[in-house]
Amino acid sequence: MSPRLTALDALHRALGATMTDFAGWDMPLRYGSEREEHLAVRTKAGLFDLSHMGEITVSGPQAGELLDHALVGFISALGVLRARYTMICREDGGILDDLIVYRTADDEYMVVANASNAQVVLDALTERAAGFDAVVRDDRDAYALLAVQGPAANAILSSVTDADLPGLKYYALLPATVAGKQVWLARTGYTGEDGFEIFCTPADAEHLWHALTEAGAPHGLVPAGLSCRDTLRLEAGMPLYGHELDTSLTPFDAGLGRVVRFDKTTNGGDFVGREALEAAAAQAEAKAPRKLVGLVSEGKRVPRAEYAVVDAEGNPIGRITSGAPSPTLGKPIAIAYLDAAHAAPGTAVAVDVRGKHEPVEVVALPFYKRAR
Amino acid sequence: MSNPQNLQYSKEHEWLTAADADGVSTVGITEHAAGALGDIVYVDLPAVGDTVTAGETCGELESTKSVSDLYSPASGEVVAVNEDVVAEPAKVNSEAFTGGWLFKVKVTEAQADLMTADEYTAFTGS
Repeated sequence: MSPRLTALDALHRALGATMTDFAGWDMPLRYGSEREEHLAVRTKAGLFDLSHMGEITVSGPQAGELLDHALVGFISALGVLRARYTMICREDGGILDDLIVYRTADDEYMVVANASNAQVVLDALTERAAGFDAVVRDDRDAYALLAVQGPAANAILSSVTDADLPGLKYYALLPATVAGKQVWLARTGYTGEDGFEIFCTPADAEHLWHALTEAGAPHGLVPAGLSCRDTLRLEAGMPLYGHELDTSLTPFDAGLGRVVRFDKTTNGGDFVGREALEAAAAQAEAKAPRKLVGLVSEGKRVPRAEYAVVDAEGNPIGRITSGAPSPTLGKPIAIAYLDAAHAAPGTAVAVDVRGKHEPVEVVALPFYKRAR
Repeated sequence: MSNPQNLQYSKEHEWLTAADADGVSTVGITEHAAGALGDIVYVDLPAVGDTVTAGETCGELESTKSVSDLYSPASGEVVAVNEDVVAEPAKVNSEAFTGGWLFKVKVTEAQADLMTADEYTAFTGS
């Protein structure tokens, strides 16, 4: 199957991007140095094409009730024009995907799924919609998604829109006109910085990319690829599906039990996975078998996904889920699931880097938190 | 990017200079390879005095995204390694054909199927 191309494909190629297959999409991995793109987002701003993300619109009188039933969050309690980080789980509590849900109207929500899981989420929502007066619509082809992330994002956006940016809080959205185009402008992101995600029609994507590039030039905005997006989210301690999250894990395993809202009042409080998740919550409360932690190395070797974590005697005590050289810290960092006995910050452990044990220290997540 | 005419190239994307008067050749990776790897963050090289074998691994290059084996394009004894790239791995990206060289080897035998610059350019399709 040939890869899917975003509306900005020709532009990425003209910019000399290194492209990569990501969940069936041909996406820009980096335009030049991923380290420089990373640092630009931390200190100035980066412009991303995230059109591979999967938009699903849920609308109708019972759209909120449907999402309360299908997802672990209390979605109907979300205010109009607000967003929420949430998850969709199986009946056994296993995570199918992590999501951002935007309430776009009183009776309409936009669910944004990871590209790799968009079909799974669409199928699950469609199946779970049975009996609800709500419609689930595949809007993957209806939107392109651009993101401007970094401390200069606010200044850049303010030069191309009259939207009330000071009034647009983190995890909120607005219907807005940006560079003359109608978009959904959301203050969300996956970098640990202030920033915006701009949902537009594919036809408007190129115009918006050029307008944002021009507006961003005086602020040091650079095009930024998926490679730096991964190191940015890793530093910010944000999970990535397929790494920190998968169907064998519950939100409680991942230390994200807070997204599960047992206090929902809709549908009699019931939702898909409730029973299993209550058991997972009780276990996490009593004695979590393992914990998701950060690791920092003083060495140069990079702990990478699937490498084993070992104790002083070389016994396996966990596994790495993500790892990279951290451009901000200047050291290799990783996220790992560790046996609870070794998971306290400050604990000295080691990573098996192709047979060699590299010492690392357990730290609390995130590795990086922006000054506000 | 253009591949210097005075070098020979391996399918594993290493380059090799013609031997000098002492029979010593310099080894590095090509700009094409460095570009494909992305920012290189760690370089593991053979030690001076090690014997390397043509076509076999003799070190590792680690980039943001991956770890790649380094293959020697020639057999012989390692007589020098580039401490600059160990200290500053990004030099392999920025000066692949010059300051980003990796090691020098007193060649007993070069890899059999090395390519000319034009052949390598055709090989990489760039």
